[in-house]
Amino acid sequence: MEPIIQDLGFIIGTTLMYSTPLIFTSLGGVITERSGVINIGLEGMMYFGAFAGAAVAYFSQDPWLGLLCAALGGAFWGLIHAIACVSFSAEQIVSGIAINFLGAGSALFISRLLFDGATQTLTVARKIPQPLDFLFGEGKMFASSGFTDLVFNRFATVYLAFFLVFVVWFVLYKTQLGMRVRAVGENPEAANTLGINVTRIRYGAVIMSGFFAGLGGAAMSIAVVSRFSNTLISGHGFIALAAMIFGKWKPQGALVACLLFGAAKGLEIFLGSKGVPVAGDILAMLPYVLTIIILIGFVGKTTAPAAIGKIFDKGDH
Amino acid sequence: MTAIDFSHRAVEMSGITKKFGDFVANENINLTVHRGEVHALLGENGAGKTTLMNILYGLLKPSSGNIKINGKTLTISDPNIAIRNGIGMVHQHFMLVEPFSVTENIILGNESTRGFGILDAGKGEKEVKRISEQYGLTVDPKALIQDLSVGSQQRVEILKTLYRGAQILILDEPTAVLTPQEIKELVAIITNLTEAGKSIIIITHKLNEIKQMADFCTIIRRGRHIDTVDVSEVTEEDLAAKMVGREVSFRVAKEKRNPGEKILDIKELCVEDSRGIMVVNGLNLQLRKGEILGIAGIDGNGQTQLIETLTGLRKAKSGRIEVLGKDITNLPPGKIINNHKVGHIPEDRQKRGLVFEFNIAENLILETYFKPAFSEGFSLLHKNIYKNADTLIEKFDIRPRDATLQAKSLSGGNQQKMIIAREVSNEPELLIAAQPTRGLDVGAIEYVHQALVAQRNEGKGVLLVSFELDEIMNVSDRIAVIFEGKIVGILDADDADEKKIGLLMAGGTAKE
Repeated sequence: MEPIIQDLGFIIGTTLMYSTPLIFTSLGGVITERSGVINIGLEGMMYFGAFAGAAVAYFSQDPWLGLLCAALGGAFWGLIHAIACVSFSAEQIVSGIAINFLGAGSALFISRLLFDGATQTLTVARKIPQPLDFLFGEGKMFASSGFTDLVFNRFATVYLAFFLVFVVWFVLYKTQLGMRVRAVGENPEAANTLGINVTRIRYGAVIMSGFFAGLGGAAMSIAVVSRFSNTLISGHGFIALAAMIFGKWKPQGALVACLLFGAAKGLEIFLGSKGVPVAGDILAMLPYVLTIIILIGFVGKTTAPAAIGKIFDKGDH
Repeated sequence: MTAIDFSHRAVEMSGITKKFGDFVANENINLTVHRGEVHALLGENGAGKTTLMNILYGLLKPSSGNIKINGKTLTISDPNIAIRNGIGMVHQHFMLVEPFSVTENIILGNESTRGFGILDAGKGEKEVKRISEQYGLTVDPKALIQDLSVGSQQRVEILKTLYRGAQILILDEPTAVLTPQEIKELVAIITNLTEAGKSIIIITHKLNEIKQMADFCTIIRRGRHIDTVDVSEVTEEDLAAKMVGREVSFRVAKEKRNPGEKILDIKELCVEDSRGIMVVNGLNLQLRKGEILGIAGIDGNGQTQLIETLTGLRKAKSGRIEVLGKDITNLPPGKIINNHKVGHIPEDRQKRGLVFEFNIAENLILETYFKPAFSEGFSLLHKNIYKNADTLIEKFDIRPRDATLQAKSLSGGNQQKMIIAREVSNEPELLIAAQPTRGLDVGAIEYVHQALVAQRNEGKGVLLVSFELDEIMNVSDRIAVIFEGKIVGILDADDADEKKIGLLMAGGTAKE
């Protein structure tokens, strides 16, 4: 096989792998912001999800249970954010910042309790499986380590992420529920006068955003790597947030933005593995630099949901 | 007018009282509306009209009182109950989702689905089309709200209520934002609706429209029921007196004057809006001393950008603006205000006219705080600032008489008085007034108009921009009509009529 094809396969493969946690989290961002609630706590929710996923997967030896618990852990912080922002009209940015600290802090605290004072979990015995693995290898349909293997033989979370992009798009644009979520994000007063329960919709959306961020965290801790550590998430939640804005608050847009960031990461790893004479630290900056350049250069005019971040007061009831 | 069925009481509100803490917004109000009747609810801003209707629509809970709909006593604790009982409300600020289509806005909350919550777009569109044809409410079901004119948006709001089977429609200030042509269309729609047996309640403070549309009128003043009258038996003056509690004159008294030298001269002015579209496009206009020049036109024909450019808030692309023969094009606002003596009553008084969090005294010196009267070195002379405030509060009748109150706590009319006080006391040669009476009630409108005429009588130039044709015709000496960023015609106020101006406003040409 041509080495260049193989290199390309490697880059595409790593792109998909590293994009996945971002895609989940970014979708969470799309859901909450379309309902009009800003959630910069995604980072903290992702962080907590990464820990919960790895810890549960370690003790239960079941990665799927880990994934589920990660999502529920994220959803828990989503619930807290919803209580603060929707029920108590708290400033959404401040609540989000608090959740970033709380999510990370609580994860590290529990980690120290469970893992002998360590701020990282032990390696899980079973990661999220690669469902198509049986197709690749000696005497199988495709050779191992070939282009197809590198690109298509991915963790289940990768396929799940792509599938969920479609699901979120479908729900938002083709269903009654989605239309109501978008209406609430644009003009909650209008939705209220038509008898739509703004509070309930926003609670649902914010909790779902935590659920997705939790999935994103676990997609990192028990698929990309095989344990949680305190530097694992470091900013991915914020990148996902940026990707959502870059993607103009649309699931499909967020997908493209996350892939772009993942590609920068893939390139970084590829160049690193080739021993390019550039300091590793500089290479590690590549995805972030790219994100900033893209954000300022190419996003153009984006229109956020009109009611975003605004407190909805139903009035005297 | 003939559609009323007096044997059928669609709405019967009795003894409605609503308190917000110590403040009584509605006190023992009664209102009866029959089937097929158009009932106007008249009162000044803050009189409690909207509160009463929000109670009927379930947005507010009454402190006491009783509501019967079609003879049945109901507790309307939320809009869903109101909707289920055939009550629909069109709010003053439209409750529309801008990026959504007409159909989506209408069906929202009551969507037709194919099961599993999946939307059936086609079915909704058909239904919207059917209703819109039935009542003569033409609108494209697929158009996006953000692309529609205000008149069309209002039709969407009315369709929303009809889609939900409304028999009783509440229209909150329905004509506030419409052009004369659109008002005519609205009158026709209302006739269609009453002929179909609907009852309509119109909240308004515009008297001529009550005469034009309503059968009966209930007047509310400071939360109290003043009177309910048969509209055909009263004059506009009667209604105004009942509303304000004193005699009000509509016609602004002003004697003929001979305008003096040219004060404002706009030559071939071109201005872009923030999207980069040329919205003022080769505009020419002259204004003389001792003259009120009214600019009539439909919202969005460049008025906002023209004013912003005249006052230095926006850069001109090309052209020239002269005040008393001196070029002021693209000068900073401070220079235009103080060196060239231009006063500005801005379109959006909350955003540009006042600092909401500042008190009255501070707002009154926003343009002059640095002058020796009010400051010395680094410090402000608070004694003088408050003395100045007390004088102006007295002279311009700003209420309440307390210079330490925050601007945001004042009523719209008093906020406007505060702006006028500030601008006029700075002794401008040219006063630019943009929508100076927007949202004000008749008492305050009378005040503003008199203030403008007083400036003219002192030999100042006044440029008045308004979307209210009545106001333009009533106050101006000359009327310039703006269309697509150009002045398309200038008429003398004496031989201008609504038809001529309306035609020019819509882009037609004046026929002599």
